[in-house]
Amino acid sequence: MQVEVFHRLEERFFYGLALAGGLIVGLGLLAAHYMETHGHIVTGMDNQVVWGTPHIFAIFLIVAASGVLNVASIGSVFGKTVYKTRAPLSGLLSIAMLAGGLMVLMLDLGRPDRLIVAMTYYNFKSIFTWNVFLYTGLFAVVAVYLWTLMEPRMNRYSKIAGFTAFVWRLVLTTGTGSIFGFLVARQAYASAVLAPMFIVMSFGWGLAVFCIVQSAMFSWNKMELHPDILKRMKNLLGIFVAGTAYFVAIYHVTNLYFAKQIDFTRFILVDGGIYPLLFWIGYVLVGTAIPLFLIYHPKLGKSCPAVIWASVLVLFGAFALLYVLIIGGQAFPLEIFPGKEVTSSFLDGQVAPYAPSAPEILLGLGGIGVAFLITTIGVRVLHFLPQDDFVQLQGAGNITD
Amino acid sequence: MSEKEQESGKAGRRGFIGASIAGLATLALAPGVRLIEIGNARPADEAASSTHRWGMLIDTNKCAKGCNACATACNLENGLVQTGRPRTDAQWIRKVELRDKRTGATQQMPLMCQHCEHPPCVDVCPTGASFKRADGIVLVDRHICIGCRYCMMACPYKARSFVHEPLTEQKPDVPRGKGCVESCTLCVHRVDRGETPACVEACAAEGHKALLFGDLKDANSEIAKRLKTEASTELRANLQLNTGVRYQGI
Repeated sequence: MQVEVFHRLEERFFYGLALAGGLIVGLGLLAAHYMETHGHIVTGMDNQVVWGTPHIFAIFLIVAASGVLNVASIGSVFGKTVYKTRAPLSGLLSIAMLAGGLMVLMLDLGRPDRLIVAMTYYNFKSIFTWNVFLYTGLFAVVAVYLWTLMEPRMNRYSKIAGFTAFVWRLVLTTGTGSIFGFLVARQAYASAVLAPMFIVMSFGWGLAVFCIVQSAMFSWNKMELHPDILKRMKNLLGIFVAGTAYFVAIYHVTNLYFAKQIDFTRFILVDGGIYPLLFWIGYVLVGTAIPLFLIYHPKLGKSCPAVIWASVLVLFGAFALLYVLIIGGQAFPLEIFPGKEVTSSFLDGQVAPYAPSAPEILLGLGGIGVAFLITTIGVRVLHFLPQDDFVQLQGAGNITD
Repeated sequence: MSEKEQESGKAGRRGFIGASIAGLATLALAPGVRLIEIGNARPADEAASSTHRWGMLIDTNKCAKGCNACATACNLENGLVQTGRPRTDAQWIRKVELRDKRTGATQQMPLMCQHCEHPPCVDVCPTGASFKRADGIVLVDRHICIGCRYCMMACPYKARSFVHEPLTEQKPDVPRGKGCVESCTLCVHRVDRGETPACVEACAAEGHKALLFGDLKDANSEIAKRLKTEASTELRANLQLNTGVRYQGI
C-alpha cells in the first residue's frame, strides 16, 4: 500500500517537474519568436556588443556539457570504480545541456530560419564550422557511449567509447575557447590561454552540475551519498575551482604585463562599473572563495548540503565570469587608434552600455529548461540513478566502511 | 512615297546597319579598345577579375572638420536610414574625430570597411557568406548570412553593422535584410558600372578631394602612383591584413 502511494506521489512529482520544465522552454521559444519577428532591436545588443545574454547561457551550457562528461571519463578512461556507476548520468546530462546550449545559440541567430544554410554551407577556416561538427558529433559520440554503458552486450566497448568521448570533448572545449581565442580584433580576446582555461572551467562547472543533480536524485529516492564518495567528489570540485581561478589569474596578469592591454584590464578589474563588481564579488568571492571555503572546511566540507551550496555558488560564479568575459570584453571599445581619444556617431571610443533584456534572459533560461526537461524525462524512463555497490567499492579501496 | 525613294531608304538603312556591325566588330576585336574597358565597367555576366584590386587613399589633412558629406552620400546611395538610434543603426562609413592624448592635436577622417587582403571577417564566417571578390572588395552574401555576428566580433575596425530592425524603402541595387550583417561594399554596384563610390564623389563635390578611389594594381592609376611616391599607412598595421583602404596624415 505504501509503495503504491509512493509511486502515485512520485508520478505526480515527475509530471509537475516536466510541466515546469516545459513552461520554461515554452517561454524561451516565445521570446525567440518575439526576437525573430521584431529583430534584435528588442534585445540589449547593438553593433558593439553583438553577443548578449543568450550567448552567456549557450556557452555556459556547452562548456558544462563537455565538463560533466568528465565524471564518466574518470570512470571509463581512468578506471575509478566510484565514477563508473555515475557514467550514464554524466552522459545524459552532457546531451541534455548540449541540446539546451545549441538551441539558445541557434535561436539567437539573426536568421534562425536559415539553419539549413548553416548545415549545408561550410567555411572550414572558421572555428564556428569546426564547432558545428564538434557539437553535433558529441551527441553521436555520447549516444554510442551511453549505449555501450547501458547495454550489457556492448559493455566491452565502453572503454574505447569513453576514450573517444574524452578526447572529443577536450577538442570541443578547445574549439569553444578558441571562438574567443582566435579574435585579434578585440582587447579582451586573442589569447592562447583561453582554450585551456575553458577546459578547466568545463571540469568545474560540469562537476558542480553533476553534484547538484545527483544529490537531487538521491534525496528524491531517499538515498544518501556515502561520505567517502562525497569527499572524493567535493575534493575534485575544489581542485577544478582552484584550477579555473589559476587560469583566470594568468589571463589577467599577462594582460597587465602588456602596456597596450592595461586600459582594458583596468576597465574590467577596477573602473568598469558592473564588470569589476561581477568579477570580484560574483566570480572571485561568491563563485570561488566561498565554495573553496565550504569544500575544504574541516567540518562543513563533510556535509552534503555544504557541498551542494558550494556547487550552486560555483555555477553562479560561472555566469558572473562569462558575463565579464563576453559582455565586458565587447563593451570595451576597440583600440583602432592607439594613443588617441576617439569620438564618432558610431560610438567609437565609448564603453557600450549593454543591459540584458527580458527576451534574452527568457531565451537563455529556455536553454536551461531544455536541459532540465531532457534530464527529468531521461532519469524517469531509463536507469540513470547512480547505485553504488559498497562491497565492490570497499574492495577497490574507494571507501573505508 | 515613290518606289525610288523607298529603294534609297532601304539602301540607307542597309548601309547604316553594315557600318554599325563593322564598327562594333572593330571595337570588339581590336585588343584593348573595348568601350567597356575604357569606362572600367564590366558586363553583368562577367566575373570580377583579380587583375584589379580596388582601393582607396584617404588624405586626413584634406578631410574637413564638421563635413559629413561622405556618410550622407553613403546613406543615400545604399538606402541606410538613420533612425536616431546610433547603437543599432547601420553605418557603413562614419566620421571619426581623433584627439592625441599627449599633445591634444585633433584630426578627423572617415572610417569604413578596409577591404583587407586577409579579412578576419571572411576567415571566421561559418557559411562563407562573408567573402572577398577577386578584385579585393569584401562583401556579405545576404542569401547565406545566418546572422551569427561572428564577423562583427572579428572585424578590427568595427566596420560591420547588424540589421536590427525590419527594413523598408530599399534600393534595388543594394539588397539588405533584417537579421543579416552588412558593411561598406565600396559601392560595388557603381564600381561594376565603371563609376566611383558615392562617398568619393560626394567628397569631391564638396571640393575636399580627401578620398581617392582606384585600382591599386594598375601602375598608371593615380592611386597607385600616389601610393608609390607618398607615405601612407594602414589602420592597425600590426595585424598585417594588407588593407585596400590607406590613410595619409595619421
